[in-house]
Amino acid sequence: MLSIKDLTVNVNDKKILKGINLEVKAGKIHAIMGPNGSGKSTLSHILSGKSGYEVTGGSVTYQGKDLLEMPPEIRAREGVFLAFQYPVEIPGVSNVYLLKAALNAVRKHNGLDEVDAMDFLTLVKAKVKALEMDEKFLYRAVNEGFSGGEKKRNEILQMAMLEPKLCILDETDSGLDIDALKIVADGVNSLRSPDRSFIMVTHYQRLLDYIKPDFVHVLAHGQIIKSGGPELALELEEKGYGWLEEAAA
Amino acid sequence: MSTALNDYTASYSALALPGQDLPWLQQLRADAYTQFASDGFPSPREEEWRYTNVSALEKKAFTPLLAAARAVDADFIKSYQLADAYSLVLVDGYFSAELSLLADLPDTVQILSMADALQTCPEQVAVYFGKAVTSNEHGFIAFNNAWFTDGVFVHIPALCVLDKPIQCLHIVTQDGGLATTRNLLVLAENAAAQWLETFVGADVGYLSAAVTEAFVGQNSELTVYKVQCESAKAYHFGGLYIQQARDARCTHHNFAFGGLLARSDIHTDLDQAAECELNGLYLGVKRQHLDNHTRINHLKPYGISRETYKGVLDGRARGVFQGRVIVAEDAQLTDSQMNNRNLLLSADAEADTKPQLEIYADDVKCGHGVTVGQLEEKSVFYLQSRGVDEETARNMLTFAFANEMVDKVNLPLLKTLLVQLVLQHFPQNSYVD
Ligand SMILES: Nc1ncnc2c1ncn2[C@@H]1O[C@H](COP(=O)(O)OP(=O)(O)O)[C@@H](O)[C@H]1O
Ligand SMILES: [Mg+2]
Repeated sequence: MLSIKDLTVNVNDKKILKGINLEVKAGKIHAIMGPNGSGKSTLSHILSGKSGYEVTGGSVTYQGKDLLEMPPEIRAREGVFLAFQYPVEIPGVSNVYLLKAALNAVRKHNGLDEVDAMDFLTLVKAKVKALEMDEKFLYRAVNEGFSGGEKKRNEILQMAMLEPKLCILDETDSGLDIDALKIVADGVNSLRSPDRSFIMVTHYQRLLDYIKPDFVHVLAHGQIIKSGGPELALELEEKGYGWLEEAAA
Repeated sequence: MSTALNDYTASYSALALPGQDLPWLQQLRADAYTQFASDGFPSPREEEWRYTNVSALEKKAFTPLLAAARAVDADFIKSYQLADAYSLVLVDGYFSAELSLLADLPDTVQILSMADALQTCPEQVAVYFGKAVTSNEHGFIAFNNAWFTDGVFVHIPALCVLDKPIQCLHIVTQDGGLATTRNLLVLAENAAAQWLETFVGADVGYLSAAVTEAFVGQNSELTVYKVQCESAKAYHFGGLYIQQARDARCTHHNFAFGGLLARSDIHTDLDQAAECELNGLYLGVKRQHLDNHTRINHLKPYGISRETYKGVLDGRARGVFQGRVIVAEDAQLTDSQMNNRNLLLSADAEADTKPQLEIYADDVKCGHGVTVGQLEEKSVFYLQSRGVDEETARNMLTFAFANEMVDKVNLPLLKTLLVQLVLQHFPQNSYVD
C-alpha cells in the first residue's frame, strides 16, 4: 500500500525528517509514537501534500505511484486521508456542504456518478449517529466554534464518509475524554478492513488500548529508532522514550 | 468653463426638465448649476474623494437622453426584477409606466414619477426635496440637482406596514448615455417599508448619477437594499441620504458588483434613540474601482449604529471604504461599531480603508476595526486534503467570506439572485451544487 524509503525533509532549511523507512501493507495498523517535536506531524503532512516542506531525498510510493508527485486533492481522491492534529475552522462553509463536495470529488475521480441528494443525507445521518454527534453539526460551519473533542469527531466523520484506503490519524486521541475516545475508536474500528490501512500517530499508549495496532514504531529526532509489535507500546508507557533515545544516540 | 460643462449645459437645455413652473425648484436648480459650473465634479483633493479620481468624466461628456420609448429587453429586466414586489422602472433617467408594476398598491400609499409628483403634489415634494442633501455636499449632488430628469416619489403614510418591497430598477440603454435620476422616499410615523434600488445597463459605457433622499419618520422602520450591477464599462454614482427621526430604524445592504468606476454614498442623520445598520459587500475584478463612502451622524443621545463592510478584490481592482461616524456633543450614550474587512485575491489588487471617528460627546461607546488580508493557506490545504481542487477551494473560501453579507438579506428571492451574482465571480466546480 505505502512504501517510504530514506525520506528526508527540511523545513526552513532545518532537517526535520532524517531518513524515514516504513512499509505499510493493506489492512494493517501502524502506530507511530514519539516525543513532542520528533517529526510526527511533519510526516503526516508530507504524506497528505501540505506545502512548505522540502523533500531533500528518498521516495514515497502509494499503490505503485509516486505519492509526492500528486497534488493534495489527487492524493485525497486516490484514498489518502489525514485526520488533522489541529483541524482548521472554515467559517461560512457548512459541514454538510464540504462533505458533499468532498464525496463527489472522490466519486468523480473514481468514475462514479455524483451521489443522489437523498442517499447522501441518509448516509451522512447514519454516520453522524454512529459517532454520537448531534445532527445540528452538519449545518454548522466546518469546525467553527467546535470544542477540541468535537473537531476530532468531525475528522472521523469525514473519514467515514470518504472511505479512504490509507487513513492517517495525527494525535486524534488528544483532547478527547474517555467516552469520546471510545466513540472515536469504535468509529475507526468499524472502518477496519483487509484493504484499508491506518497510520496512527500518537504519543500516548491510551488510544492503542482501543485500537489494536499490528506494528509500533518509535520516531525520535526525525528517525524511526525502534519498531516492534503492540508490546512495544506498553513498554514505552512504562519506561518513557528516554531509554530508546539514549540507546539511539 | 470646461468643454464637458458646455456640453452638459447645451444638452440639458434642450430637455424639458420637470418642475419648470416651480420657482423654488428653479432656484434650487440655478444655484446648483452655479455651484457645478464653479467646482465641477469632485476632485481627489477633497478629503472624502481622496481615493477616487473621477476626472475622466470631465473629458468624456456623456449625453443626457430625451424621454422616449426605447425597447428594453424584457428578459434582461426580468432577470433583475423581483417577483412579488411593487416594481418601478427608470429607463435612461425616466420613469416608465409600461414597465412598472404597481398592481394592488394600497390606496393610501403614493408612488408616482417625480415628474408627475412635481405637477400633482409639488407642495408635498417641496417639504422634503433637497432637505437631506444639498448642492454643496459635492459635485455629483450639484450636478443632479441642476439636471435631474425624473425619478420616483414614494410616500408611505403613518401606521402603514407595506406588505411587499418596492423595487426601483434603473436601466441605462444607450452608449454614451447619461441618467440623472432623483428619488424621494418618505415614511411617516410608525410605518415600515422595504426599498430596493437596482442599477443595471446595456454592455456599453454610460454614466448613472442617481440621488435618493429618504425620510424615516418617528418610530418607523426602513430596510434598503442597493444592488449595483452596472455594465463593466459604466460609471456610477449613487447617493442615498437618510434622515432618521426619533426612534426610527434603518438597515441598509449595499452590494457593489458592477461598473468600471462606481461610488456609493450612504449618509444618515440619527435623531434621538434612532438606530441604523449599514452592511456592504463590494466585489471588484479586473480594473474595477469600487468606492463606498458612509457617514453616520449621531446628532442626539441614545443612538445605535452598526456597520459591516466587506470587500473582495481580484485582478487590478481597487476597493475603497471610507466610514465616517460623527458623534455630536449632544449625542451622549451613543453606541457605535464599525468593521471593514478586505480580502485581496491578487498581488495587484488594492484596498483602501479609512474609518473616521469624530467624537464630540464624552460618554459614548464607539469602536472600529479594519483588516486587509488574503485567504488562509491552511484553509485552502484543508479543503484540498478532502479532495477539493485548489481553485474550487479558493472560490469556496472566497464565496464564504462574501456570503456572510448576502446571508443578512431577508428577502428570499433577492438572496437567491445575490448568491447567483456572487457565484458568477467565484464558481465552484460541478461536484458542488
Ligand atoms: N515551520 C517550521 N519551521 C521550522 N521548524 C518547524 C516548523 N514546523 C515545525 N518545525 C519543527 O519541526 C519539528 C517537528 O515538528 P512536528 O512534526 O510538528 O513534531 P510532532 O508532531 O512530532 O510533535 C519540531 O522541532 C518543530 O519545532
Ligand atoms: Mg504533532
